[in-house]
Amino acid sequence: MSDTAISIRNITQRYGAADESSAVLALDDVSLDIKKGEFLCLLGPSGCGKSTLLNIVGGLFKPTSGTCLVNGRPVDGEPHPDKVAFVFQESTLFPWYTIIENFRIALKFQGIAQAEWDDRAMRALKAVGMASFAGHYPEQLSVGMRQRVNMARGICVETDILLMDEPFAALDEQTRMVLGEDLSQLLAATGKTIVFVTHSLAEAVFLSDRIVVMSARPGRIKTIINVNEPHPRSPDFMLEPRFSELRNECYALLRDEIRAAMAAQRDPQPQNAGA
Amino acid sequence: MERSSFATRSVQFAFLALVAGAWFLATETGSISALFLPRPLSVYAALERLVQTASFWSAVLVTLTTIAKAFAIAIIAGILVGYAVTRSKLATQVIEPVIAGLFTVPITLFFPMFILFFGIGTGSKVAYGATYAFFPIALNTIAAFSNMEQRYLSAARSMGASSFDTFRHVLLPGALPVLITGMRIGFFICFASVLGGETISSVAGIGRNIAHSAELMESARMYAWICFVILTSVTLNLMVYSFENHIRSR
Repeated sequence: MSDTAISIRNITQRYGAADESSAVLALDDVSLDIKKGEFLCLLGPSGCGKSTLLNIVGGLFKPTSGTCLVNGRPVDGEPHPDKVAFVFQESTLFPWYTIIENFRIALKFQGIAQAEWDDRAMRALKAVGMASFAGHYPEQLSVGMRQRVNMARGICVETDILLMDEPFAALDEQTRMVLGEDLSQLLAATGKTIVFVTHSLAEAVFLSDRIVVMSARPGRIKTIINVNEPHPRSPDFMLEPRFSELRNECYALLRDEIRAAMAAQRDPQPQNAGA
Repeated sequence: MERSSFATRSVQFAFLALVAGAWFLATETGSISALFLPRPLSVYAALERLVQTASFWSAVLVTLTTIAKAFAIAIIAGILVGYAVTRSKLATQVIEPVIAGLFTVPITLFFPMFILFFGIGTGSKVAYGATYAFFPIALNTIAAFSNMEQRYLSAARSMGASSFDTFRHVLLPGALPVLITGMRIGFFICFASVLGGETISSVAGIGRNIAHSAELMESARMYAWICFVILTSVTLNLMVYSFENHIRSR
């Protein structure tokens, strides 16, 4: 058994035919190995293909070319719910079910025996401190509580790999800090492999073992930064000089990419206006 | 909530009282002929006599059976067609405007054709009511199933849901509120068109009795029938609304 959980080989994703002017190259020849038990962040400007890459790893769709192996088996555009769980950006708790029913349905979809449903659900809810809200409907909870539950649902299916697509994006700064700390505590205990997409530099540095910095469209891997800090991480880590150094390093790498991404989204600017 | 609901109810009751008062005044002062609008008390007396006859209940049975059959056909056809259309984006884009367009055609114009095809018995009213109710049900079914948010479907797929699981636990419960609205609209259109059809041309049923009383100039009896229909309609409306609220509040 190798210690590689996810192996991404030469993945290219193009939307629209190659000869069309509207064709978009979202990912360009991306290769990456993710180790078992690693917490890996995909960091990059909007539209750099981070979420696309995550969806390909999760088998939600097939890339234009390239392969992705999970535990040595090709993904090939089919989800593997026994190995991989998703936590999406917006709450994907079904609004017509209560919290506990949402957990039951996730476990049912995954093919877990009915006898285990409530046990597992309550364990996951307790882990995020939301057990007393099991009978509530999602809309009765605040955005932060909902995302906490959403995260717990991803954890309760007990897969080795967890893919998280900006799970804290909809939250305010303070809530996401606290949730981030919780996540670090929670995951240090489970030893899961996590791929986490984010816009937030602080979040990336605080949570990751490795940060993959991506370039603006077409998405390529620009650099990989190692964060050598054991899990679980205490909030004090954020006060260390090393934290700011890493954060600044990420920002320096990203600054040009963010400019490039934004330039592509507005009118062309005249170059050398004085000349 | 409590107070505003009380205020709304008061206004509604005041309006009903006003209509009843106007009816009472207009007939008591003799400013309107009893032939066009009989006195409330004589309508009440006519209704009391009517409900004691066997022919009353057989007419009610005929009409309710006709409505039930028409509505059942409209639900099955409307939901099947609506759901089938939403399975393809292209089909939704092409067919939805066609159904919406056809719904604006006054199908009443084709009522004589229904009589020609299905005869003067209840068959023509079943077909007519079913046709009319089909459109709102199909349109709401299309709206209900095509507005499903992609993230819920992606989530279900990533959890390993089969297509039946996805339908049973994601598509259907997500669509249910709008589906129920379509069925409510369909039901009242069905109710109105069956009674209308019976009034225009039929051999039995409530509508037939209303038309017959009018022909005989027995206005008290005609109004007794009309009052009965209004009471039935209000009762059904309340039942359907409370059912709908029950579904939504789950």
